[in-house]
Amino acid sequence: MTTKRVTGSEALILSLLEEGVDTIFGYPGGAIMPVYDALYDYDKRVNHILTRHEQGAIHGAQGYARVTGKAGVCFATSGPGATNLMTGIADAMIDSTPLVCITGQVASPLLGTDAFQESDILGMSIPVTKWNYQVTSPDEIPQAIAQAFYIANTGRPGPVLIDLTKDAQFGELDFEYKKCTKIRSYVPETPVDPHAVKEAVDLIDAAKKPLILFGHGIIIGRAEQELKEFIEKTGIPAAWTIMGLSALPTDHPLNVGMLGMHGNYGPNVLTNEADLIIAVGMRFDDRVTGKVSEYAKKAKIIHIEIDPAEINKIIKVNVKVLGDSKKALKMLTYNAKENKHEDWLNEFKKCAEIEQEKVINRDLHPVKPGLTMGEVIRLASEKSNHDAILVTDVGQHQMIAQRYFKFKHSRSNVTSGGLGTMGFCLPASMGAQIGAPDRKVIAVIGDGGFQMTIQELGTIAQNKLPVKIILLNNNFLGMVRQWQQLFFEKRYSFTELQNPDFIMIGKGFGIDGHKVDKREDLESSVQKMMDHDGPYLLEVVIEKEDNVFPMVPTGASVSDVILEP
Amino acid sequence: MKKEFIITVYSENHIGLLTRITIVFTRRKINIESLTVSESAIKGIYKFTIVIKETEAQTQKVVNQLEKLIDVLKAFYHTNEEMIYQEIALYKVPIEPIYESDAIEKIVRKAGARILEITKDYVVIERTGHKEETQALFEELNKFHVMQFIRSGRVAITRDPIERLSEFLKERDAFLDSLD
Repeated sequence: MTTKRVTGSEALILSLLEEGVDTIFGYPGGAIMPVYDALYDYDKRVNHILTRHEQGAIHGAQGYARVTGKAGVCFATSGPGATNLMTGIADAMIDSTPLVCITGQVASPLLGTDAFQESDILGMSIPVTKWNYQVTSPDEIPQAIAQAFYIANTGRPGPVLIDLTKDAQFGELDFEYKKCTKIRSYVPETPVDPHAVKEAVDLIDAAKKPLILFGHGIIIGRAEQELKEFIEKTGIPAAWTIMGLSALPTDHPLNVGMLGMHGNYGPNVLTNEADLIIAVGMRFDDRVTGKVSEYAKKAKIIHIEIDPAEINKIIKVNVKVLGDSKKALKMLTYNAKENKHEDWLNEFKKCAEIEQEKVINRDLHPVKPGLTMGEVIRLASEKSNHDAILVTDVGQHQMIAQRYFKFKHSRSNVTSGGLGTMGFCLPASMGAQIGAPDRKVIAVIGDGGFQMTIQELGTIAQNKLPVKIILLNNNFLGMVRQWQQLFFEKRYSFTELQNPDFIMIGKGFGIDGHKVDKREDLESSVQKMMDHDGPYLLEVVIEKEDNVFPMVPTGASVSDVILEP
Repeated sequence: MKKEFIITVYSENHIGLLTRITIVFTRRKINIESLTVSESAIKGIYKFTIVIKETEAQTQKVVNQLEKLIDVLKAFYHTNEEMIYQEIALYKVPIEPIYESDAIEKIVRKAGARILEITKDYVVIERTGHKEETQALFEELNKFHVMQFIRSGRVAITRDPIERLSEFLKERDAFLDSLD
């Protein structure tokens, strides 16, 4: 292999190119200037997106990673630049999103001296990274980057942070790149144990009321087809966590809907009737399980999971199948008997009818004058032929969008699931659009979250990203207000907002848009947004005090789900 | 029910790993009763011996999360009964009472302790043993006003006849090679 004498900064860029990086989200500053200087010579080979805030950069990288399955890359300078990444790193950690974050750092002789813009980002990011490393010598750069990508992408993916001191960026090395393929102390996945598969198959074949719960692990493991084949052969209904949404088409007959706090009635109630739960690539989050001591008491539990630390963490399992979801499902499908569970499926249908009547009709086809979030989501899904990438923020609009938007293809739902990060949507939507340039990207945001990262409208405009932004405005922090109404005696403590003229703000950034507050104008408004060439902001004024139902109150059992107030 | 568990962690020797390991405990609000870190019999591999008071279920979860750390090779947990363990304690005692009677000499003999250094002002006594034993000696010696006292973290080895780590490393290397 030939070597080339380069600076540490150039070695970084060359290493990223070796890893197939085509997009970097970032924000320059003092301690990362040598890297930006090197980047100047490579602007034809890598696309750098200058965001308006480092939080925008990292959420952009997350959106990119979630739709492509490739590690998202972001750059930030030392000190405040690095600390501004922190929320996104924590978000990526809990949602298993592969990221490689590069931060500048003060020169190594200044480390620990409280130098200008010095922060101990390595120490700070330990609890929220899968791995991190500080490079103080240029020679370490190729190997550190190779390990960073290997760790971020393999096994259960996650964010990795590499902190580069300024002297390492300026110094020189003989550049030579070798991809990382193994690390002695790290086993990304264990081979699927055929004995465990046998035990699982015995339970599956014997079950009368089996239910599959699938999560992000299906999408990460690219196991969508295997999941489909498994449920079609065994006839088992499948319910999803919001991180698993879009892995199975909405209209699949065995797709019985969403789990958890605002999930569908059937999957919640029938979790406690099932005699077998097959959990695949999901981690029994408290928003999914409700009260753990009353969760799925009649069921045996099979847990198919790549991360051994998830086994028995929340729910004690009967059979664990460690390893990759794709391989495990393939083995299960091969060994399980063909089956049908018509009576059991009918129970889901009955629940769906109850929910349709008590909740869904009211949400999607309201008769009262105020607009509902549900009817907006229904129209957005219809007008995009149920084939768009949906990016959501956090709160009521998120739950409504997860419930009612329809999907045909996997990797089409980008949301902040585990951390619940308000402000995630707008920057994540631009990352999603860059990662999937040929697809329609619809960003659904509340008026609260929109104002947390609203400055990224500038990035969207500058890069001409044709994101369709639907702002659902109720002038409230709606989910908090809902809880205040239901559990805090309507004491609306600091949840009402005085909002700006959002359309004028959009126009100020160079983004067209308009506001709609009447039902008769809604459909044409959504159509106008979809037909618009380039980014568009559609503000929909919705009913001020609508609530999201069904709801499993905190601490209640999933079968105590409430359908109406 | 909470009781003492000895957690053994084998890791690569990388900067920051101690913080990563302790965070697994602090995040669950588990107090570390004792912590010892040193190079193991295998060069380059470090061994952490950590003592906590916890339930077995919680200890198991902590060990799973320790193993998840990239630089950790393997983590185990054991009850006290499953391991042989020791702590070392040093006691600095003033010299006068030794001139005055043989009381301290008797205490040292009985405890199987030894004297490390004698100066005109004090003696330094060393005792290894379990915490109760080193504590008992402290109570005895403190009748003569111990000037300084220090106890180490725990070191422990299993009662297993085989060296688990070397076995484990062989398996791990074979496994990683099989992935190529």
